[in-house]
Amino acid sequence: MDNAHLLATLRERLGTGIIAVGEHRGDLSLTLAPGAYYAAAQYLRDDPDLAYHFLENLCGVDYLGREPRFEVVAHLVSLRHGHRVCLKVGAPEASPRVPSLTPLFPTANYQERETYDLLGIAFDGHPSLTRILMPEDWVGHPQRKDHPLGEEEVAFTFNQDSIYARKPFAKS
Amino acid sequence: MGIEEKAGNLGVVTTSLEYVVNWGRTNAMWPLLFGLACCAIEMMGAQASNYDLSRFGMELNRASPRQADLMIVAGRVSRKMAPVVRRLYDQMPEPKWVVAMGDCAACGGVFNNYAIVQGVDEVVPVDVYVAGCPPRPEALIDGIMLLHQKVMREKISGQKEQPVRLQQPLIQVK
Ligand code: SF4
Repeated sequence: MDNAHLLATLRERLGTGIIAVGEHRGDLSLTLAPGAYYAAAQYLRDDPDLAYHFLENLCGVDYLGREPRFEVVAHLVSLRHGHRVCLKVGAPEASPRVPSLTPLFPTANYQERETYDLLGIAFDGHPSLTRILMPEDWVGHPQRKDHPLGEEEVAFTFNQDSIYARKPFAKS
Repeated sequence: MGIEEKAGNLGVVTTSLEYVVNWGRTNAMWPLLFGLACCAIEMMGAQASNYDLSRFGMELNRASPRQADLMIVAGRVSRKMAPVVRRLYDQMPEPKWVVAMGDCAACGGVFNNYAIVQGVDEVVPVDVYVAGCPPRPEALIDGIMLLHQKVMREKISGQKEQPVRLQQPLIQVK
């Protein structure tokens, strides 16, 4: 399996679903239309000649200031061919929604929950899309680039009195 | 059958109940068995044979809060972990003490962000802060010795000492 052959196969299958093609250090990456994302993953998994059975990684990226602002990146590996392919799909800022890969790859479950928790990208078809890392009552999605870092003023001897006056110390 | 046979008639020793109770408490403190981050490695080092915390009656780390009376918060406390730490503290029987080990537990350390509680004293009342990232086992043992001194000054009524505040900055800028 090589990149050119894989790309030709997928082009034939998906047609205009492939928006852009890239290559980095020998790894093929495809930017897909949202409608073609699930179909591409399913085809890559189920076609006996391809056999990309292993979802290595699934995560989200925030390109603040670009449209579509968010991107979901999934790496599929074919253990039979020793080959990796990267699928990317964009999600608009207004309503970031992407099809879930959990029905195809159960391992996508937690990774999609993490992406949802930290970036606020919703996954259609996910069995239970809830927060996984942050507390359940958390407001916002902290890995977004416009989320405040939430740092607090550091107490030194010259300013500790004013800080300690409003710091919520625990009662015993 | 004991020390009186070897040492002869010791007679009667008088002391205050407060002293004896506090002395008993200092020399059999059982820490709660948990570590939250990298500082826990140094805590384990302090308990291992090189530094040997059991010299001070603390060889037992209890895995149940019901059997522990010292909480060593070794590491950063994330906002999600904070309710758990508080619950463990509430489950410990009185009297109980807390050592905030390391910069993260004391003040948030290098993690000045949304995810980490800026000092575990927002969650549980801390008796002794141990500085360092991570503190060496000697520093932790020093902090525990400091706690022992503090316990020795406690009143029999169970009143704890008020925290000591610096009256003037440590570093004076002229
Ligand atoms: S103070 Fe340093 S060693 Fe201790 S938990 Fe924080 S980062 Fe880790």
